[in-house]
Amino acid sequence: MKKGSCLEVNGVTKRFGGLSANDNISFTVGEGEIVSIIGPNGAGKSTLFNCVTGFYHPNSGKISFMGEEITSYRADRICKMGVARTFQIVQIISDMSVLENAMTGALLRFNKIRPAIEKAEEVLAFTGLIEKKGLLATELTIADKKRLEVSMALATQPKLLMLDESMAGLTRVELQGMIDLIKEIGRKGITLVVVEHVMEAVMQISDRVIVLNSGRKIMEGSPQEVVVNKEVIQAYLGEKYNVVSS
Amino acid sequence: MRNLSLKQISFCVIVLILLILFPVVLSKPFPQHVMILVFMFGMMAVAWNIMGGYAGMFSFGQVAFFGIGAYTSSFLLITYHVNPWLGLIVGGLIAALVAAAIGYPCSNLRGHYFAIASIAFGEIVRTHFNNWKLVGAAEGMTLPMLDESFGNFMFHSSKLPYYYIMLAFLIISLVVCYIVATSKMGYYFRAIKESHDVAKVLGINVVWYRLIAIMISAFLTAMAGTFYAQYVLYLDPESVLILPISVQLVLISMLGGAGSIMGPVIGAAILIPVSEVTRVMLGHKGTGIDMLIYGALITLISVYQPKGVWGLFSSIGKKTK
Repeated sequence: MKKGSCLEVNGVTKRFGGLSANDNISFTVGEGEIVSIIGPNGAGKSTLFNCVTGFYHPNSGKISFMGEEITSYRADRICKMGVARTFQIVQIISDMSVLENAMTGALLRFNKIRPAIEKAEEVLAFTGLIEKKGLLATELTIADKKRLEVSMALATQPKLLMLDESMAGLTRVELQGMIDLIKEIGRKGITLVVVEHVMEAVMQISDRVIVLNSGRKIMEGSPQEVVVNKEVIQAYLGEKYNVVSS
Repeated sequence: MRNLSLKQISFCVIVLILLILFPVVLSKPFPQHVMILVFMFGMMAVAWNIMGGYAGMFSFGQVAFFGIGAYTSSFLLITYHVNPWLGLIVGGLIAALVAAAIGYPCSNLRGHYFAIASIAFGEIVRTHFNNWKLVGAAEGMTLPMLDESFGNFMFHSSKLPYYYIMLAFLIISLVVCYIVATSKMGYYFRAIKESHDVAKVLGINVVWYRLIAIMISAFLTAMAGTFYAQYVLYLDPESVLILPISVQLVLISMLGGAGSIMGPVIGAAILIPVSEVTRVMLGHKGTGIDMLIYGALITLISVYQPKGVWGLFSSIGKKTK
Protein backbone atom coordinates (compact mmCIF):
# COMPACT_ATOMS: atom_id res chain seq x y z
CA MET A 1 0.00 0.00 0.00
CA LYS A 2 0.94 3.62 -0.45
CA LYS A 3 2.39 5.49 2.47
CA GLY A 4 0.07 7.90 4.24
CA SER A 5 -3.14 6.36 3.00
CA CYS A 6 -5.89 6.22 5.59
CA LEU A 7 -8.57 4.21 3.85
CA GLU A 8 -8.12 1.83 0.95
CA VAL A 9 -11.09 0.35 -0.84
CA ASN A 10 -10.15 -2.32 -3.34
CA GLY A 11 -12.61 -3.87 -5.76
CA VAL A 12 -15.53 -3.86 -3.33
CA THR A 13 -18.71 -5.51 -4.58
CA LYS A 14 -21.88 -5.75 -2.53
CA ARG A 15 -24.88 -7.55 -3.98
CA PHE A 16 -28.43 -7.67 -2.69
CA GLY A 17 -30.03 -10.57 -4.50
CA GLY A 18 -29.42 -9.89 -8.17
CA LEU A 19 -28.70 -6.20 -7.67
CA SER A 20 -25.13 -5.00 -7.36
CA ALA A 21 -25.36 -1.97 -5.09
CA ASN A 22 -21.59 -1.65 -5.26
CA ASP A 23 -19.77 -3.05 -8.26
CA ASN A 24 -16.00 -3.37 -8.08
CA ILE A 25 -15.37 -0.01 -6.44
CA SER A 26 -11.80 1.03 -5.67
CA PHE A 27 -10.39 4.23 -4.25
CA THR A 28 -7.91 5.49 -1.71
CA VAL A 29 -8.24 8.26 0.84
CA GLY A 30 -5.04 9.84 2.09
CA GLU A 31 -4.52 10.93 5.68
CA GLY A 32 -5.96 14.37 6.34
CA GLU A 33 -7.86 14.46 3.05
CA ILE A 34 -11.49 15.49 2.64
CA VAL A 35 -13.13 13.29 0.01
CA SER A 36 -16.74 13.62 -1.14
CA ILE A 37 -18.74 10.80 -2.62
CA ILE A 38 -21.54 11.98 -4.86
CA GLY A 39 -24.02 10.32 -7.14
CA PRO A 40 -27.76 10.15 -7.82
CA ASN A 41 -30.14 8.34 -5.49
CA GLY A 42 -29.52 4.61 -5.55
CA ALA A 43 -25.94 5.00 -6.79
CA GLY A 44 -24.68 2.94 -3.85
CA LYS A 45 -23.20 5.65 -1.65
CA SER A 46 -24.78 4.54 1.59
CA THR A 47 -24.05 0.89 0.81
CA LEU A 48 -20.40 1.78 0.37
CA PHE A 49 -20.51 3.59 3.71
CA ASN A 50 -22.05 0.57 5.36
CA CYS A 51 -19.40 -1.72 3.89
CA VAL A 52 -16.54 0.46 5.13
CA THR A 53 -17.99 0.85 8.63
CA GLY A 54 -18.78 -2.83 9.11
CA PHE A 55 -22.57 -2.63 8.91
CA TYR A 56 -22.43 -4.72 5.73
CA HIS A 57 -19.76 -7.10 4.67
CA PRO A 58 -18.92 -6.94 0.95
CA ASN A 59 -19.31 -10.05 -1.24
CA SER A 60 -15.85 -9.50 -2.61
CA GLY A 61 -13.08 -6.95 -2.41
CA LYS A 62 -10.90 -5.66 0.35
CA ILE A 63 -11.10 -2.67 2.68
CA SER A 64 -8.11 -1.49 4.70
CA PHE A 65 -7.88 1.19 7.34
CA MET A 66 -4.44 2.51 8.38
CA GLY A 67 -2.87 -0.50 6.71
CA GLU A 68 -5.02 -3.09 8.53
CA GLU A 69 -7.59 -5.09 6.63
CA ILE A 70 -11.03 -4.51 8.16
CA THR A 71 -13.26 -6.14 5.53
CA SER A 72 -14.79 -8.68 7.91
CA TYR A 73 -14.60 -6.72 11.16
CA ARG A 74 -17.67 -5.93 13.25
CA ALA A 75 -18.91 -2.33 13.30
CA ASP A 76 -17.97 -1.67 16.93
CA ARG A 77 -14.44 -2.99 16.36
CA ILE A 78 -13.97 -0.73 13.34
CA CYS A 79 -15.21 2.18 15.46
CA LYS A 80 -12.71 1.31 18.18
CA MET A 81 -9.94 1.41 15.56
CA GLY A 82 -10.88 5.00 14.81
CA VAL A 83 -13.58 5.11 12.16
CA ALA A 84 -16.64 7.12 13.21
CA ARG A 85 -19.74 7.76 11.11
CA THR A 86 -23.10 9.46 11.04
CA PHE A 87 -26.31 8.29 9.40
CA GLN A 88 -28.47 9.71 6.65
CA ILE A 89 -31.35 9.68 9.12
CA VAL A 90 -30.10 11.22 12.34
CA GLN A 91 -29.33 8.67 15.05
CA ILE A 92 -29.15 10.11 18.55
CA ILE A 93 -30.19 8.77 21.93
CA SER A 94 -33.52 10.43 22.48
CA ASP A 95 -33.93 10.00 26.24
CA MET A 96 -30.53 11.46 27.04
CA SER A 97 -29.39 15.06 27.32
CA VAL A 98 -27.06 16.56 24.73
CA LEU A 99 -24.13 16.16 27.12
CA GLU A 100 -24.99 12.55 27.92
CA ASN A 101 -25.19 11.74 24.22
CA ALA A 102 -21.71 13.08 23.57
CA MET A 103 -20.46 11.47 26.78
CA THR A 104 -21.70 8.04 25.71
CA GLY A 105 -19.52 8.44 22.63
CA ALA A 106 -16.56 9.54 24.73
CA LEU A 107 -16.92 6.47 26.97
CA LEU A 108 -15.30 4.45 24.18
CA ARG A 109 -11.92 5.79 25.31
CA PHE A 110 -12.66 6.18 29.02
CA ASN A 111 -14.01 3.80 31.61
CA LYS A 112 -14.97 6.44 34.14
CA ILE A 113 -17.76 8.97 33.76
CA ARG A 114 -15.83 12.05 34.90
CA PRO A 115 -13.14 12.16 32.16
CA ALA A 116 -15.76 11.21 29.56
CA ILE A 117 -17.80 14.26 30.56
CA GLU A 118 -14.74 16.48 30.21
CA LYS A 119 -14.08 15.08 26.74
CA ALA A 120 -17.75 15.50 25.81
CA GLU A 121 -17.74 19.13 26.94
CA GLU A 122 -14.61 19.78 24.93
CA VAL A 123 -16.26 18.31 21.81
CA LEU A 124 -19.52 20.21 22.37
CA ALA A 125 -17.56 23.45 22.74
CA PHE A 126 -15.92 22.67 19.40
CA THR A 127 -19.19 21.91 17.62
CA GLY A 128 -20.98 24.87 19.21
CA LEU A 129 -23.52 22.94 21.26
CA ILE A 130 -22.04 23.57 24.68
CA GLU A 131 -24.75 26.05 25.68
CA LYS A 132 -27.42 23.46 24.90
CA LYS A 133 -25.74 20.61 26.77
CA GLY A 134 -28.52 20.39 29.35
CA LEU A 135 -31.31 20.03 26.78
CA LEU A 136 -32.87 16.72 25.93
CA ALA A 137 -31.58 15.50 22.56
CA THR A 138 -35.11 15.49 21.12
CA GLU A 139 -35.57 19.18 21.96
CA LEU A 140 -32.93 20.21 19.40
CA THR A 141 -33.65 21.52 15.91
CA ILE A 142 -32.76 19.22 13.02
CA ALA A 143 -29.57 21.19 12.33
CA ASP A 144 -28.49 20.88 15.95
CA LYS A 145 -29.38 17.18 15.96
CA LYS A 146 -27.01 16.71 13.04
CA ARG A 147 -24.38 18.65 14.93
CA LEU A 148 -24.98 16.46 17.95
CA GLU A 149 -24.54 13.34 15.87
CA VAL A 150 -21.24 14.72 14.58
CA SER A 151 -20.29 15.53 18.18
CA MET A 152 -21.00 11.96 19.27
CA ALA A 153 -18.85 10.67 16.44
CA LEU A 154 -16.04 13.10 17.32
CA ALA A 155 -16.25 12.09 20.98
CA THR A 156 -15.13 8.60 20.02
CA GLN A 157 -11.88 10.28 18.91
CA PRO A 158 -11.78 9.02 15.33
CA LYS A 159 -8.97 9.21 12.80
CA LEU A 160 -11.48 8.92 9.99
CA LEU A 161 -14.93 10.49 10.12
CA MET A 162 -17.56 9.46 7.59
CA LEU A 163 -20.56 11.78 7.23
CA ASP A 164 -23.66 10.54 5.43
CA GLU A 165 -25.63 13.53 4.14
CA SER A 166 -25.05 15.80 7.10
CA MET A 167 -26.27 18.81 5.14
CA ALA A 168 -29.55 17.57 3.75
CA GLY A 169 -32.53 19.63 4.78
CA LEU A 170 -30.63 22.55 6.30
CA THR A 171 -31.35 26.24 5.75
CA ARG A 172 -28.68 28.33 4.03
CA VAL A 173 -27.31 29.69 7.30
CA GLU A 174 -27.26 26.26 8.89
CA LEU A 175 -25.63 24.86 5.76
CA GLN A 176 -22.78 27.35 5.92
CA GLY A 177 -22.38 26.55 9.62
CA MET A 178 -22.03 22.86 8.83
CA ILE A 179 -19.56 23.54 6.03
CA ASP A 180 -17.44 25.58 8.42
CA LEU A 181 -17.62 22.82 11.01
CA ILE A 182 -16.46 20.20 8.52
CA LYS A 183 -13.56 22.41 7.48
CA GLU A 184 -12.64 22.84 11.15
CA ILE A 185 -12.71 19.07 11.66
CA GLY A 186 -10.43 18.69 8.65
CA ARG A 187 -8.05 21.23 10.13
CA LYS A 188 -7.77 19.11 13.26
CA GLY A 189 -6.16 16.46 11.10
CA ILE A 190 -9.16 14.13 10.96
CA THR A 191 -9.65 12.50 7.58
CA LEU A 192 -13.16 12.98 6.20
CA VAL A 193 -15.24 11.00 3.76
CA VAL A 194 -18.52 12.76 3.03
CA VAL A 195 -21.58 11.60 1.14
CA GLU A 196 -23.34 14.70 -0.03
CA HIS A 197 -26.02 15.90 -2.40
CA VAL A 198 -25.58 19.59 -1.77
CA MET A 199 -23.13 20.59 -4.51
CA GLU A 200 -22.44 23.96 -2.95
CA ALA A 201 -20.97 22.18 0.05
CA VAL A 202 -19.13 19.59 -2.01
CA MET A 203 -17.40 22.33 -4.02
CA GLN A 204 -16.27 24.13 -0.88
CA ILE A 205 -15.01 21.32 1.28
CA SER A 206 -13.65 18.63 -0.99
CA ASP A 207 -10.06 17.95 -1.89
CA ARG A 208 -11.29 15.23 -4.18
CA VAL A 209 -14.67 13.98 -5.41
CA ILE A 210 -15.66 10.42 -6.25
CA VAL A 211 -18.73 9.98 -8.42
CA LEU A 212 -20.84 6.84 -8.27
CA ASN A 213 -23.61 5.84 -10.64
CA SER A 214 -25.60 2.59 -10.54
CA GLY A 215 -23.09 1.03 -8.17
CA ARG A 216 -20.02 1.87 -10.25
CA LYS A 217 -17.38 4.52 -9.84
CA ILE A 218 -17.58 6.64 -12.97
CA MET A 219 -15.14 9.39 -12.14
CA GLU A 220 -12.71 10.70 -9.59
CA GLY A 221 -11.06 14.09 -9.51
CA SER A 222 -11.00 17.60 -8.10
CA PRO A 223 -14.39 19.27 -7.61
CA GLN A 224 -13.69 21.57 -10.54
CA GLU A 225 -12.91 18.65 -12.82
CA VAL A 226 -16.00 16.75 -11.76
CA VAL A 227 -18.57 19.44 -12.46
CA VAL A 228 -17.40 19.92 -16.03
CA ASN A 229 -17.16 16.22 -16.84
CA LYS A 230 -19.79 15.27 -19.40
CA GLU A 231 -20.51 11.80 -18.08
CA VAL A 232 -21.01 13.14 -14.56
CA ILE A 233 -23.29 15.92 -15.72
CA GLN A 234 -25.44 13.47 -17.62
CA ALA A 235 -25.60 10.87 -14.88
CA TYR A 236 -26.08 13.05 -11.92
CA LEU A 237 -26.30 16.77 -12.25
CA GLY A 238 -28.71 16.81 -15.14
CA GLU A 239 -28.04 18.31 -18.55
CA LYS A 240 -29.06 21.79 -17.48
CA TYR A 241 -26.52 22.04 -14.67
CA ASN A 242 -23.90 24.49 -15.76
CA VAL A 243 -22.37 26.01 -12.66
CA VAL A 244 -18.65 26.13 -13.25
CA SER A 245 -18.29 29.49 -11.61
CA SER A 246 -17.05 28.32 -8.22
CA MET B 1 -28.43 11.69 38.57
CA ARG B 2 -24.79 10.79 39.05
CA ASN B 3 -24.54 11.87 42.67
CA LEU B 4 -27.38 11.59 45.12
CA SER B 5 -28.27 14.87 46.77
CA LEU B 6 -28.42 15.18 50.55
CA LYS B 7 -32.20 15.46 50.26
CA GLN B 8 -32.46 12.17 48.38
CA ILE B 9 -30.16 10.38 50.81
CA SER B 10 -32.08 11.58 53.85
CA PHE B 11 -35.35 10.57 52.18
CA CYS B 12 -34.00 7.07 51.56
CA VAL B 13 -32.79 6.77 55.16
CA ILE B 14 -36.22 7.79 56.51
CA VAL B 15 -38.01 5.27 54.27
CA LEU B 16 -35.56 2.59 55.36
CA ILE B 17 -36.14 3.32 59.06
CA LEU B 18 -39.91 3.19 58.51
CA LEU B 19 -39.56 -0.15 56.72
CA ILE B 20 -37.41 -1.55 59.52
CA LEU B 21 -39.97 -0.42 62.11
CA PHE B 22 -42.99 -1.53 60.07
CA PRO B 23 -43.24 -5.17 61.24
CA VAL B 24 -42.71 -4.10 64.86
CA VAL B 25 -45.71 -1.79 64.67
CA LEU B 26 -47.89 -4.01 62.49
CA SER B 27 -47.05 -7.37 64.00
CA LYS B 28 -49.86 -9.39 62.40
CA PRO B 29 -48.67 -11.94 59.83
CA PHE B 30 -50.79 -10.71 56.91
CA PRO B 31 -49.33 -7.20 56.55
CA GLN B 32 -45.88 -8.68 56.96
CA HIS B 33 -46.62 -11.24 54.26
CA VAL B 34 -47.85 -8.53 51.90
CA MET B 35 -44.71 -6.49 52.51
CA ILE B 36 -42.50 -9.54 51.89
CA LEU B 37 -44.25 -9.99 48.56
CA VAL B 38 -43.80 -6.29 47.80
CA PHE B 39 -40.05 -6.61 48.42
CA MET B 40 -39.81 -9.84 46.45
CA PHE B 41 -41.68 -8.56 43.42
CA GLY B 42 -39.91 -5.23 43.84
CA MET B 43 -36.56 -6.98 43.60
CA MET B 44 -37.56 -8.98 40.54
CA ALA B 45 -38.96 -5.84 38.90
CA VAL B 46 -35.69 -4.02 39.60
CA ALA B 47 -33.91 -6.95 37.94
CA TRP B 48 -36.33 -6.84 34.99
CA ASN B 49 -35.73 -3.11 34.72
CA ILE B 50 -31.98 -3.55 34.25
CA MET B 51 -32.57 -5.48 31.03
CA GLY B 52 -36.00 -4.12 30.07
CA GLY B 53 -35.96 -0.52 31.25
CA TYR B 54 -32.29 0.26 30.63
CA ALA B 55 -31.14 -2.11 27.88
CA GLY B 56 -34.51 -2.25 26.11
CA MET B 57 -35.01 -6.02 26.15
CA PHE B 58 -38.62 -6.58 27.07
CA SER B 59 -38.49 -9.96 28.71
CA PHE B 60 -41.66 -11.91 29.35
CA GLY B 61 -39.65 -14.91 30.46
CA GLN B 62 -38.19 -13.71 33.74
CA VAL B 63 -40.09 -16.38 35.61
CA ALA B 64 -37.68 -18.95 34.17
CA PHE B 65 -34.82 -17.39 36.16
CA PHE B 66 -37.03 -17.18 39.24
CA GLY B 67 -37.84 -20.88 38.85
CA ILE B 68 -34.24 -21.88 38.16
CA GLY B 69 -33.16 -20.10 41.35
CA ALA B 70 -35.89 -21.74 43.41
CA TYR B 71 -35.32 -25.20 41.94
CA THR B 72 -31.51 -25.13 42.12
CA SER B 73 -31.24 -24.31 45.81
CA SER B 74 -34.13 -26.63 46.74
CA PHE B 75 -32.78 -29.52 44.72
CA LEU B 76 -29.31 -29.08 46.21
CA LEU B 77 -30.78 -28.87 49.72
CA ILE B 78 -32.99 -31.94 49.35
CA THR B 79 -30.56 -34.17 47.48
CA TYR B 80 -27.13 -33.10 48.72
CA HIS B 81 -28.01 -31.16 51.89
CA VAL B 82 -26.31 -28.10 50.49
CA ASN B 83 -26.82 -25.00 52.59
CA PRO B 84 -29.50 -22.78 50.96
CA TRP B 85 -27.23 -19.74 51.10
CA LEU B 86 -24.73 -21.59 48.95
CA GLY B 87 -27.67 -22.82 46.83
CA LEU B 88 -28.66 -19.18 46.37
CA ILE B 89 -25.30 -18.36 44.79
CA VAL B 90 -25.25 -21.54 42.68
CA GLY B 91 -28.83 -20.86 41.54
CA GLY B 92 -27.89 -17.33 40.57
CA LEU B 93 -24.87 -18.52 38.61
CA ILE B 94 -26.83 -21.24 36.80
CA ALA B 95 -29.57 -18.75 35.94
CA ALA B 96 -26.93 -16.35 34.59
CA LEU B 97 -25.38 -19.13 32.50
CA VAL B 98 -28.75 -20.19 31.11
CA ALA B 99 -29.47 -16.54 30.42
CA ALA B 100 -26.25 -16.21 28.44
CA ALA B 101 -26.95 -19.43 26.55
CA ILE B 102 -30.41 -18.27 25.49
CA GLY B 103 -29.43 -14.61 25.18
CA TYR B 104 -26.63 -15.20 22.69
CA PRO B 105 -28.76 -16.65 19.85
CA CYS B 106 -31.33 -13.92 20.56
CA SER B 107 -28.78 -11.11 20.32
CA ASN B 108 -30.22 -9.69 17.13
CA LEU B 109 -33.82 -9.82 18.28
CA ARG B 110 -35.36 -6.49 19.16
CA GLY B 111 -38.68 -5.16 20.37
CA HIS B 112 -41.62 -7.47 19.86
CA TYR B 113 -39.48 -10.29 18.58
CA PHE B 114 -37.40 -10.40 21.71
CA ALA B 115 -40.59 -10.37 23.79
CA ILE B 116 -42.01 -13.29 21.81
CA ALA B 117 -38.78 -15.27 22.13
CA SER B 118 -38.73 -14.64 25.88
CA ILE B 119 -42.30 -15.93 26.27
CA ALA B 120 -41.30 -19.08 24.39
CA PHE B 121 -38.23 -19.48 26.58
CA GLY B 122 -40.27 -19.20 29.79
CA GLU B 123 -42.82 -21.72 28.55
CA ILE B 124 -40.11 -24.15 27.42
CA VAL B 125 -38.53 -24.06 30.87
CA ARG B 126 -41.94 -24.57 32.52
CA THR B 127 -42.81 -27.54 30.30
CA HIS B 128 -39.40 -29.02 30.91
CA PHE B 129 -39.68 -28.84 34.69
CA ASN B 130 -43.23 -30.16 34.51
CA ASN B 131 -41.85 -33.38 33.04
CA TRP B 132 -38.48 -33.60 34.73
CA LYS B 133 -38.68 -36.52 37.19
CA LEU B 134 -35.43 -35.61 38.93
CA VAL B 135 -36.94 -32.43 40.33
CA GLY B 136 -40.37 -33.87 41.09
CA ALA B 137 -41.98 -33.12 37.71
CA ALA B 138 -45.52 -31.76 38.11
CA GLU B 139 -45.72 -32.85 41.77
CA GLY B 140 -43.02 -30.41 42.74
CA MET B 141 -40.70 -30.56 45.71
CA THR B 142 -41.25 -30.15 49.44
CA LEU B 143 -38.31 -28.79 51.33
CA PRO B 144 -37.21 -30.63 54.49
CA MET B 145 -37.89 -28.99 57.83
CA LEU B 146 -34.61 -27.83 59.29
CA ASP B 147 -33.96 -26.12 62.59
CA GLU B 148 -34.92 -22.51 62.62
CA SER B 149 -31.82 -20.40 62.07
CA PHE B 150 -30.33 -17.77 59.85
CA GLY B 151 -27.69 -20.25 58.68
CA ASN B 152 -30.39 -22.67 57.55
CA PHE B 153 -32.37 -19.85 55.89
CA MET B 154 -35.48 -21.23 57.57
CA PHE B 155 -37.79 -19.77 60.20
CA HIS B 156 -41.01 -21.25 61.54
CA SER B 157 -42.17 -19.16 64.46
CA SER B 158 -42.25 -15.77 62.79
CA LYS B 159 -42.17 -14.07 59.40
CA LEU B 160 -39.95 -11.34 60.78
CA PRO B 161 -36.58 -12.80 59.68
CA TYR B 162 -37.95 -13.39 56.18
CA TYR B 163 -39.10 -9.80 56.14
CA TYR B 164 -35.65 -8.44 56.93
CA ILE B 165 -33.80 -10.85 54.64
CA MET B 166 -36.04 -9.91 51.71
CA LEU B 167 -35.66 -6.22 52.52
CA ALA B 168 -31.89 -6.70 52.45
CA PHE B 169 -32.16 -8.51 49.09
CA LEU B 170 -34.21 -5.64 47.68
CA ILE B 171 -31.63 -3.13 48.85
CA ILE B 172 -28.84 -5.22 47.29
CA SER B 173 -30.66 -5.24 43.95
CA LEU B 174 -31.23 -1.48 44.15
CA VAL B 175 -27.54 -0.90 44.85
CA VAL B 176 -26.64 -3.11 41.87
CA CYS B 177 -29.09 -1.18 39.69
CA TYR B 178 -27.73 2.15 40.92
CA ILE B 179 -24.15 1.12 40.16
CA VAL B 180 -25.16 -0.12 36.70
CA ALA B 181 -27.27 2.94 35.88
CA THR B 182 -24.60 5.47 36.82
CA SER B 183 -21.66 3.72 35.19
CA LYS B 184 -20.44 3.32 31.63
CA MET B 185 -22.53 0.15 31.42
CA GLY B 186 -25.77 2.02 32.14
CA TYR B 187 -25.14 4.58 29.40
CA TYR B 188 -24.22 1.82 26.96
CA PHE B 189 -27.42 -0.04 27.86
CA ARG B 190 -29.46 3.08 27.12
CA ALA B 191 -27.69 3.56 23.79
CA ILE B 192 -28.51 -0.05 22.88
CA LYS B 193 -32.12 0.53 23.93
CA GLU B 194 -32.32 3.51 21.55
CA SER B 195 -31.02 1.53 18.58
CA HIS B 196 -28.40 -1.06 17.81
CA ASP B 197 -27.09 1.13 14.99
CA VAL B 198 -26.39 4.12 17.20
CA ALA B 199 -24.73 1.82 19.74
CA LYS B 200 -22.49 0.24 17.10
CA VAL B 201 -21.22 3.56 15.76
CA LEU B 202 -20.30 4.56 19.29
CA GLY B 203 -18.10 1.47 19.40
CA ILE B 204 -20.38 -0.51 21.70
CA ASN B 205 -20.22 -4.30 21.45
CA VAL B 206 -23.99 -4.75 21.42
CA VAL B 207 -24.01 -8.54 21.83
CA TRP B 208 -21.68 -8.46 24.81
CA TYR B 209 -23.44 -5.64 26.67
CA ARG B 210 -26.84 -7.21 26.10
CA LEU B 211 -25.54 -10.46 27.55
CA ILE B 212 -24.22 -8.65 30.62
CA ALA B 213 -27.62 -7.03 31.18
CA ILE B 214 -29.44 -10.36 30.86
CA MET B 215 -27.00 -12.12 33.18
CA ILE B 216 -27.20 -9.52 35.94
CA SER B 217 -30.97 -9.59 35.67
CA ALA B 218 -31.10 -13.40 35.77
CA PHE B 219 -28.82 -13.62 38.80
CA LEU B 220 -30.93 -11.20 40.87
CA THR B 221 -34.19 -12.86 39.79
CA ALA B 222 -32.82 -16.27 40.77
CA MET B 223 -31.96 -14.90 44.23
CA ALA B 224 -35.60 -14.01 44.68
CA GLY B 225 -36.47 -17.55 43.53
CA THR B 226 -34.36 -19.16 46.24
CA PHE B 227 -35.93 -16.84 48.77
CA TYR B 228 -39.40 -17.87 47.66
CA ALA B 229 -38.55 -21.57 48.02
CA GLN B 230 -37.17 -21.02 51.51
CA TYR B 231 -40.19 -18.93 52.45
CA VAL B 232 -42.95 -21.21 51.18
CA LEU B 233 -40.96 -24.48 51.58
CA TYR B 234 -42.79 -26.01 48.64
CA LEU B 235 -42.48 -25.43 44.93
CA ASP B 236 -43.90 -26.83 41.72
CA PRO B 237 -43.92 -25.53 38.15
CA GLU B 238 -47.41 -24.08 38.59
CA SER B 239 -46.25 -21.82 41.41
CA VAL B 240 -42.80 -20.67 40.29
CA LEU B 241 -42.72 -21.03 36.50
CA ILE B 242 -45.97 -19.62 35.16
CA LEU B 243 -46.26 -16.84 32.60
CA PRO B 244 -48.50 -14.56 34.75
CA ILE B 245 -45.56 -13.93 37.10
CA SER B 246 -43.46 -12.68 34.16
CA VAL B 247 -46.33 -10.51 32.97
CA GLN B 248 -46.80 -9.09 36.43
CA LEU B 249 -43.12 -8.11 36.57
CA VAL B 250 -43.44 -6.20 33.31
CA LEU B 251 -46.61 -4.50 34.57
CA ILE B 252 -45.00 -3.52 37.86
CA SER B 253 -41.93 -2.09 36.14
CA MET B 254 -43.82 -0.26 33.41
CA LEU B 255 -46.45 1.22 35.71
CA GLY B 256 -43.89 2.12 38.35
CA GLY B 257 -41.57 3.68 35.79
CA ALA B 258 -39.19 1.65 33.64
CA GLY B 259 -35.73 3.09 33.17
CA SER B 260 -35.61 4.67 36.61
CA ILE B 261 -33.99 3.13 39.65
CA MET B 262 -36.91 3.45 42.08
CA GLY B 263 -39.79 3.10 39.59
CA PRO B 264 -40.14 -0.69 39.78
CA VAL B 265 -40.16 -0.64 43.59
CA ILE B 266 -42.91 1.96 43.60
CA GLY B 267 -44.82 -0.15 41.10
CA ALA B 268 -44.55 -3.16 43.39
CA ALA B 269 -45.53 -1.09 46.43
CA ILE B 270 -48.75 -0.05 44.69
CA LEU B 271 -49.78 -3.12 42.69
CA ILE B 272 -48.91 -5.96 45.08
CA PRO B 273 -50.88 -4.67 48.11
CA VAL B 274 -53.86 -3.80 45.92
CA SER B 275 -53.79 -7.25 44.36
CA GLU B 276 -53.33 -9.06 47.69
CA VAL B 277 -55.79 -7.01 49.73
CA THR B 278 -58.55 -7.13 47.14
CA ARG B 279 -57.95 -10.84 46.72
CA VAL B 280 -58.28 -11.52 50.44
CA MET B 281 -61.24 -9.18 50.96
CA LEU B 282 -63.19 -9.81 47.77
CA GLY B 283 -61.67 -12.83 46.07
CA HIS B 284 -63.74 -15.44 47.97
CA LYS B 285 -66.99 -14.02 46.59
CA GLY B 286 -66.13 -15.72 43.33
CA THR B 287 -67.27 -12.79 41.21
CA GLY B 288 -63.79 -11.78 40.14
CA ILE B 289 -64.35 -8.30 41.53
CA ASP B 290 -60.82 -8.26 42.95
CA MET B 291 -59.39 -8.69 39.46
CA LEU B 292 -61.71 -5.94 38.20
CA ILE B 293 -60.35 -3.47 40.73
CA TYR B 294 -56.77 -4.52 40.00
CA GLY B 295 -57.37 -4.18 36.27
CA ALA B 296 -59.03 -0.79 36.68
CA LEU B 297 -56.03 0.49 38.61
CA ILE B 298 -53.63 -0.68 35.89
CA THR B 299 -55.80 0.97 33.23
CA LEU B 300 -55.96 4.24 35.18
CA ILE B 301 -52.21 4.42 35.64
CA SER B 302 -51.45 3.58 32.03
CA VAL B 303 -53.92 6.18 30.77
CA TYR B 304 -52.97 9.03 33.10
CA GLN B 305 -49.33 8.24 33.84
CA PRO B 306 -48.00 6.41 30.79
CA LYS B 307 -44.43 7.00 31.91
CA GLY B 308 -45.19 5.32 35.22
CA VAL B 309 -45.90 6.58 38.69
CA TRP B 310 -42.24 7.56 39.03
CA GLY B 311 -42.82 10.10 36.26
CA LEU B 312 -45.40 11.76 38.52
CA PHE B 313 -42.90 11.93 41.38
CA SER B 314 -40.12 13.39 39.29
CA SER B 315 -42.40 15.95 37.59
CA ILE B 316 -43.57 17.15 41.02
CA GLY B 317 -39.91 17.28 42.05
CA LYS B 318 -39.12 19.52 39.09
CA LYS B 319 -42.00 21.90 39.84
CA THR B 320 -40.98 22.40 43.47
CA LYS B 321 -37.38 23.22 42.58
